[in-house]
Amino acid sequence: MARRKSGGPGATEIDMTPMIDMTFQLITFFMFVMNFSEAEQDDRIQLPSSQLAKPTEGVIEKPITLQLTNGGAVIYAGELVPVRDIGGYLEREKSVMLDSGREPNSATVIVRADGRAKAGEVQDIIRICQEKGFERFALRAQYDEKR
Amino acid sequence: MARRESQLSEKIEINMTPMIDVVFQLMSFFMCSLKVVAPEGDFDIRMPIAAAAAAAPDDQQVPPVRVKLSAGPDGGLAGIAMNGTPVADFDDLRKRIIGLVGADSGPNSLAEKTEVELDCDYALKYANVVRAITAVSGRVNNGQVVELIRKIKFTPPKKG
Repeated sequence: MARRKSGGPGATEIDMTPMIDMTFQLITFFMFVMNFSEAEQDDRIQLPSSQLAKPTEGVIEKPITLQLTNGGAVIYAGELVPVRDIGGYLEREKSVMLDSGREPNSATVIVRADGRAKAGEVQDIIRICQEKGFERFALRAQYDEKR
Repeated sequence: MARRESQLSEKIEINMTPMIDVVFQLMSFFMCSLKVVAPEGDFDIRMPIAAAAAAAPDDQQVPPVRVKLSAGPDGGLAGIAMNGTPVADFDDLRKRIIGLVGADSGPNSLAEKTEVELDCDYALKYANVVRAITAVSGRVNNGQVVELIRKIKFTPPKKG
């Protein structure tokens, strides 16, 4: 109690203003930098880099994202699926689209394939998508101004 | 003067503690949820299934440029060939494409009409395919992207 009393009228007041200013600036910075986009990104995928892979203007409406890992499995909606089995999932996706009055050829399939994955597996994915009526593809790459 | 003195003596002190608490919590939230993401971009490819069994060619159609990418035993790039002619590297491929279609890529240009058909070995690493697409689809000139060929398709995959 004696200690608290001594901190009373004689206590030195710390000027909090610069600290609060700084903190608010930090919050503003983090708010701007934060990515609220719903883009599905997975750390297991190491995208190949390209200097022409400039970020697309506008938002791709309701895309279907298929991520191909180095091991040849597809990450679809957070689940690991073998390439040959994605047909069933795409069929479901197609029927949902048809129910909402959209044609599968209007949807974009985003292919996020690992740079070390086999090109043939990417082509297999594209072929399966084509068989289900999808024909717009976006091959995703990491933007790198040197390569 | 008397009025100001009385105001100073009655100055209300705002308790900053709850505000600072909230501000720090907000800051910790933003710091923890921050995910540094490298910029990504797309190569748009329109490839309907009917394109594989293409209809009879018309006069306006330019024959596709066939780019063959061969894989080595480890999936690395073993060789590039354009219409059957070996190409040294991807820069050489780009030069040959420019030599074939010209630097103009505007509307109705040869570059707009020409289609590139990529024939890749099954085991080839996908990064090489992206490098080939980069080489044929454009170049960067003084920071500006100059587009070349926009129509790109793949041959059906061949396992083996």
